Amino acid sequence: MDWFPLWLSLEVAAIATFISLVLGIWLAWLLNNKNFIGKEFLDALTALPLALPPTVLGYFLLVSIGRTSGIGRAWESITGSPLVFTWKAAVIASTLHAIPLLVKSSRAALESVDHACERAGRSLGAPEWRIFWKVSLPLARRPIAAAAVLAFARSLGDFGATLMIAGDIPGRTQTAAIAIFDAVESGDTMVARTLVIVISLVTAGIVLLANRLERRHRA
Amino acid sequence: MIRATVNRRFPPGEESAGFQLQTEFEAAAGVTALYGPSGSGKTLTLDAIAGFIAPDSGRILLDDRILFDAEARVNLPPQQRACGYVFQNYALFPHMTLRQNLAFAAHQLPRLERHRRIAELLDRFKLTELAGRRPRELSGGQKQRGSLARALIARPKILLLDEPAQGLDAALRADLDSLVLEMKKSLGVPILLVTHDLEECFALADNVLICHAGKIVRRGTPLELLRNPGTAEVARLLGDFNLYDAEVLSLDPGRQTSRVRILGHEFEGPHLRGCFKGDRVTLCARPEELRIAHQPGGNRMRVHLNRALERPQSIRADFGNELVVDVPRSAWSQDKDGLWIEIPADCLRQLTARAIS
Repeated sequence: MDWFPLWLSLEVAAIATFISLVLGIWLAWLLNNKNFIGKEFLDALTALPLALPPTVLGYFLLVSIGRTSGIGRAWESITGSPLVFTWKAAVIASTLHAIPLLVKSSRAALESVDHACERAGRSLGAPEWRIFWKVSLPLARRPIAAAAVLAFARSLGDFGATLMIAGDIPGRTQTAAIAIFDAVESGDTMVARTLVIVISLVTAGIVLLANRLERRHRA
Repeated sequence: MIRATVNRRFPPGEESAGFQLQTEFEAAAGVTALYGPSGSGKTLTLDAIAGFIAPDSGRILLDDRILFDAEARVNLPPQQRACGYVFQNYALFPHMTLRQNLAFAAHQLPRLERHRRIAELLDRFKLTELAGRRPRELSGGQKQRGSLARALIARPKILLLDEPAQGLDAALRADLDSLVLEMKKSLGVPILLVTHDLEECFALADNVLICHAGKIVRRGTPLELLRNPGTAEVARLLGDFNLYDAEVLSLDPGRQTSRVRILGHEFEGPHLRGCFKGDRVTLCARPEELRIAHQPGGNRMRVHLNRALERPQSIRADFGNELVVDVPRSAWSQDKDGLWIEIPADCLRQLTARAIS
C-alpha cells in the first residue's frame, strides 16, 4: 500500500488552505471596506471557481501558467523548472478552489462583527489596520476558522482541476483523489477502498470540527 | 466648546422612511442633553460629531479645530477627532479583558504613562479588582463604568454619551448620575448626553436641546423649558402638560392679565402677547401646578374624577378633557364628590403654533 498520495493530498491541502486563508481574508476586507473601480468584477471573479466546472478551471490555469504562458516562462526562468505538472501546480488549483468559500465566509463573518466595536476602536484613535487585527479579525475568528477547515476538506478532494494542471504522475503529483480514480480504473479495489475509507474519515472529522466552530461562535 | 451645523439627508430605503437631519447648536463645557423621542436624530448628531457619518453640508468646530467643513472639504477621520464616545451597548471589546480594553485605548500614550493612566482610571471608576475580567463577566453597571473609563483614557476634548442610563436599574442610575456630575466638574470639556428621560435632564444637564424629527425645536435650561415650553409640540415632547384651547374674552395690559374661556368656564389668565379679544390660543399648565379644592371660588371649575393613579410621590387625578392634576399624597382626600379644580392664573402659559428656537 502506497501512502504517498494521501500525504501529498494533506500537504497540498494544508498549503492551499494557508494561502487561500490569507488571500481570502484580504479580499474579504477589500470587498467589504473599499470602493474601487472593478469591485463588482472582482467580487464575481472570486466566486467564479465555485461555479465553473473543474475541467474548465483547469484549462484556464493551463493556459495562464503553462510553459508557454508569461507566468509559466517567468517561473521557469527564475526557478529553472516548469510550474505545471508539479505539486506546486496542485497547490494553485486547490487554492483557487478554496478561495470562493473563504472570501464569502470571511465577508459574512467580518460583516457580522458588532459595528459599534469597530466604531469604538476608531473613536479611540486606533488606525484601521489595528482595528482589523485587534478587533474585527479576533471577533470573526471562529466562522473564518470554520470556513478554513471546510476549505481544507475541499482542497483535499479536488480532482478535475488538479488532474488537468498537475497531471497524474505517481510519486510526484498523484493526490489521493486521483489515486482512487486510478485504482478503480485498474481494478485495484483494495487500494481504492482503503483510500476512500481514510479520506471519508478525515473529511467527516473536518466537517464535525467546522460545525463545532460555528456553534461556538453563535453561542 | 463645540459648534455644530449638521445637515444630512437619508433617502428612503426599503425598510425605512426618508429622514432629514438638520441640527445647529453650540455647547460649552458642562452637560448638554439632547432630549427627544427615538428616531429624532439624537444619536445621528453624535455620530456626525464623532465622524461616523459625513454630513451633506455644515461645519463642526471643536474648540478651534475644524472637524468637518463641507465647503472647505475638511472631514477628519474619527481617529483624529478626540471624541470620547460611550455607546448605547457599551461596545467593550468582548474578546479582551477590561484592562486590555483600556490598554487598546491607551496605545498612543508614551509607554510609562500608559500604565499609570490605566491604573488611575481603573481606580477612579472602582474597576481595579475587575480589570482581569472580560465584558461578559461584568454587570451592566460595571460595563458602563468600564466603557466610560475607556473613553476617557486618551483625554478626549468632548464626551459623547448615548443613552448611558438605558437598561440600568434605579440604584445604578443614581451611581451613573453622580459619575457624570463628577466628570462634569473634573473634565472641563463639553459632555453631550443623549436621553429621552426628563428626570435625567434635570439631574445632569445644564442645557437641554429638544430634538424632534431631525431638528432642534427648542433649547434652554431644564427649568426654563418646563416653565415655558413655547410650543404645543415641545409641551407634548416634554410630556405631562395639560393643553387647553382657550378663547380670549378680554385683555388688561395695565394689570398684565387676561380673561379666557377654557372648557366653557371663565378663568383669569396671564397677559397674552400678540392676542386680540376673540382670538383662540393654546395654553398649557403642569399637572403639579393645578390644585384641587372642595368648594367653589376664583379660577375654579367643578369636575368629576375619572380615575386616580398612584405615583411614587403623588396621586395623579385625571378628570378627562386634559384636566390632570398631581396632588401630594398628604393633600389627597378620598371624598370623590364636590371637587373643584383651580387653575392659578400664573401657571397658564401661552403656546405658539410655530417652533421657537
